[in-house]
Amino acid sequence: MAAMAAALRGVGGRFRWWTPAVAGGVRGAAQGAVAGQRDYDLLVIGGGSGGLACAKEAAQLGRKVAVVDYVEPSPRGTRWGLGGTCVNVGCIPKKLMHQAALLGGLIRDAPHYGWEVAQPVPHDWRKMAEAVQNHVKSLNWGHRVQLHDRKVKYFNVKAGFVDEHTVRGVAKGGKEILLSADHIVIATGGRPRYPAHIEGALEYGITSDDIFWLKESPGKTLVVGASYVALECAGFLTGIGLDTTVMMRSIPLRGFDQQMSSLVTEHMASHGTRFLRGCTPSQVRRLPDGQLQVTWEDRTTGKEGTGTFNTVLWAVGRAPDTRSLNLEKAGVDTSPNTQKILVDSREATSVPHIYAIGDVVEGRPELTPTAVMAGRLLAQRLFGGSSDLMDYDKVSSLAGRRLQPGEAESEASSSGVPTTVFTPLEYGCVGLSEEEAVSRHGQERVEVYHAHYKPLEFTVPGRDASQCYVKMVCLREPPQLVLGLHFLGPNAGEVTQGFALGIKCGASYVQVMQTVGIHPTCSEEIVKLRISKRSGLDPTVTGC
Amino acid sequence: MGNLIILDMCMCPCSQCHSHDAAQLGRKVAVVDYVEPSPRGTRWGLGGTCVNVGCIPKKLMHQAALLGGLIRDAPHYGWEVAQPVLHDWRKMAEAVQNHVKSLNWGHRVQLHDRKVKYFNVKAGFVDEHTVRGVAKGGKEILLSADHIVIATGGRPRYPAHIEGALEYGITSDDIFWLKESPGKTLVVGASYVALECAGFLTGIGLDTTVMMRSIPLRGFDQQMSSLVTEHMASHGTRFLRGCTPSQVRRLPDGQLQVTWEDRTTGKEGTGTFNTVLWAVGRAPDTRSLNLEKAGVDTSPNTQKILVDSREATSVPHIYAIGDVVEGRPELTPTAVMAGRLLAQRLFGGSSDLMDYDKVPTTVFTPLEYGCVGLSEEEAVSRHGQERVEVYHAHYKPLEFTVPGRDASQCYVKMVCLREPPQLVLGLHFLGPNAGEVTQGFALGIKCGASYVQVMQTVGIHPTCSEEIVKLRISKRSGLDPTVTGC
Repeated sequence: MAAMAAALRGVGGRFRWWTPAVAGGVRGAAQGAVAGQRDYDLLVIGGGSGGLACAKEAAQLGRKVAVVDYVEPSPRGTRWGLGGTCVNVGCIPKKLMHQAALLGGLIRDAPHYGWEVAQPVPHDWRKMAEAVQNHVKSLNWGHRVQLHDRKVKYFNVKAGFVDEHTVRGVAKGGKEILLSADHIVIATGGRPRYPAHIEGALEYGITSDDIFWLKESPGKTLVVGASYVALECAGFLTGIGLDTTVMMRSIPLRGFDQQMSSLVTEHMASHGTRFLRGCTPSQVRRLPDGQLQVTWEDRTTGKEGTGTFNTVLWAVGRAPDTRSLNLEKAGVDTSPNTQKILVDSREATSVPHIYAIGDVVEGRPELTPTAVMAGRLLAQRLFGGSSDLMDYDKVSSLAGRRLQPGEAESEASSSGVPTTVFTPLEYGCVGLSEEEAVSRHGQERVEVYHAHYKPLEFTVPGRDASQCYVKMVCLREPPQLVLGLHFLGPNAGEVTQGFALGIKCGASYVQVMQTVGIHPTCSEEIVKLRISKRSGLDPTVTGC
Repeated sequence: MGNLIILDMCMCPCSQCHSHDAAQLGRKVAVVDYVEPSPRGTRWGLGGTCVNVGCIPKKLMHQAALLGGLIRDAPHYGWEVAQPVLHDWRKMAEAVQNHVKSLNWGHRVQLHDRKVKYFNVKAGFVDEHTVRGVAKGGKEILLSADHIVIATGGRPRYPAHIEGALEYGITSDDIFWLKESPGKTLVVGASYVALECAGFLTGIGLDTTVMMRSIPLRGFDQQMSSLVTEHMASHGTRFLRGCTPSQVRRLPDGQLQVTWEDRTTGKEGTGTFNTVLWAVGRAPDTRSLNLEKAGVDTSPNTQKILVDSREATSVPHIYAIGDVVEGRPELTPTAVMAGRLLAQRLFGGSSDLMDYDKVPTTVFTPLEYGCVGLSEEEAVSRHGQERVEVYHAHYKPLEFTVPGRDASQCYVKMVCLREPPQLVLGLHFLGPNAGEVTQGFALGIKCGASYVQVMQTVGIHPTCSEEIVKLRISKRSGLDPTVTGC
């Protein structure tokens, strides 16, 4: 292990490090490199889910691969290791803190099931955070080991293009290195946006880049935003017992089915999360006692409101991490609106041998599994003789992409990228939202089957199941092709995954009805959906 | 004469839905149901095995057991729960029983709402259109119908040849209705009923032993079944393998002394328990139906009723569905669907038959096992080793990491045809929430999913179910199937 550690920490054998003063000379040499003489077959910029998957796949195909990764500390100074957003400040710590919050509810259930737990049970943020952070650090290490095992060279440097085949890496101490490659993949992802126009926002606020790495409890927290990041954070903070408020300007979970989104926030509100709807913050200032005083405008009444919090968390969107890449030096085009990189269906940018995958790309779902699959398929096309394209699937309702002219409608509606929002009551979906289905096909051509159900496990502790709801959006014409599935309830991610396969295989409502249920589960409610919205019948499931 | 009578000694939800459907189709329907008390005297209400002594109380007690593990996880996630936490059987049992009673009532109300006549009488055929019902007090009633459906299900078998078995043992008909904790328990059998009961008893802290004659979960994939028992053993369930009980007697202190033969060594063993639970199989409830009066044929071996693909018995207007039927999976959802389709064929002008192929199910052992389609053995025996490709993975659920839970048995495998695009023949998933995970894949497999399509399906991160769409290692490759990284 020690030898491994040394090897991992060591600097690449044949690469010499240069001080900035002499880097110019090297640059010339690298620029002169031609195909076959460049340092690498593939250089990946960004060691997140997509970049690592692409690098590892290319290495397995026998190519010489390097990954450069560098985490610019957040404005609050939070920094982390290899693995990108998902591992460090996204999916992984989020799901673990969500699990902590779920356990809070299960501990309250436990006495009903015969367990003699003295209530209430207090929660210790520090203990949870340390455990979560330790797990993340073990994943950082695991990624280092995996790169090493597959002989992928790793550089902890900040990358910027010098020309279309050359990248300059700058290490923490200012040391520079030049790397050249035949193919370059940009997978730098994104970072949370700060509302820079709001006084005190940057100075006193934190983002999802910080929340999972706090050593001390954030205390009474204001979450600004209504994205899934905002609702997930507010959900677990409430669940571990913190006084939590969500301030939202307009609708929750934009891009998702709005009926489901309303149920998500309704459930949160009924479980203690406070909501300030139609409000926008105007100022944050620190009071003498260290608390943060937030001023906001209620856009409905026009009145001003104020409140004090220990923590203000901005979850108002994410911006691609492209600024410091010097993309113009390589000639890589970005969207003028979003600064995201423009690519074609092969993930190629405006420069044919430079590719981009993951959150940094315009119009892609910002999801780990799509980035992983895109990265892997790209490596297989580049080095494995494959021609398989990533099927972003004609759209998930999440991406909100419109049908392109000439794009077959049946294709567009037959599949989708599944995802799950890990709010306290989880929301899993795949395919079209009801709104999107209606806008594409027309109200008259869409049939929606739905049910309010009660998870069996909710009965004994007497949990309220008002928001446990499932709906399936189908074409009305037999055999009623399934366009979208929306499931709100426990374990929504586990429930949704298999149905995503079914929908990918072109499942119809008829086939769903022919599928035998697994009893007693929540997922069986989907294969038992018999009430259409159009019928006007009560969709409440009774009996077993 | 009514249009339909449903005979239900132990009425399953199948006939429930069946009668609803028939009633909704405008027919005059009656349901006859009577619960013969168990040898221990346990009795229950309307709803059949699933509601009263099967799926429902089982899953709730399984949930109680899971909560025990989650309470031990909780401190790792920051919750200051003083350990160990004790479990009170009475409180759990009362809550579960109250829920079941509410379901009994709900079924009564539903029948009433749909104008289905309900008779709490024990039924026997008089002739092929007439049934005699005998109520508890001995009163008799004669009912006649155009169509008759037999859906009397089954009851646990007692090993009558073992001395003391009937006198001192209980079955799954009793365990969920015990007012007091069963204490130290011996579960005899290795069916899913045996393992599920042993699993939740262990999980709520009881000293539990499983005595199995041969293999666990006969009929299921044997690699998965071994992992199930391996997981149980590592979580405290004791196993006496290759043993058969020979005698049960009550000691002066009230404990039960069980004597068994270890078939490997030939030696005799003994142990004392507070409770002995027989889970050695189920028998169809056909004895008191006087089937011969109607001319309904049964299997000489199993006494189950023989039917065709339309669920018709040897008498064309008498049908049978559910556990009482020869060769059907003993599962609530198949019975429900069969009942509903039968009513639609009889009265709704439908011709849709029940498809018993690729029925998914889940065994709710402490680590749940969900499956659909063929076992690896069955695939190989049907298609040959060379034509089958098995993809597999040992994975670690994210939630296991923080509390440091052992994930040695978290395993998934997908059995495919080897020839591209590699049609999926079977899926086997061992891990948390296996039922929730498996359901959607059952749809995919029903739609003819291939391995290629599974690989094209984007995962939902971080879940356990995404491990299925990430299965890249084949058994044939010999590569390590342990999932690393995220």
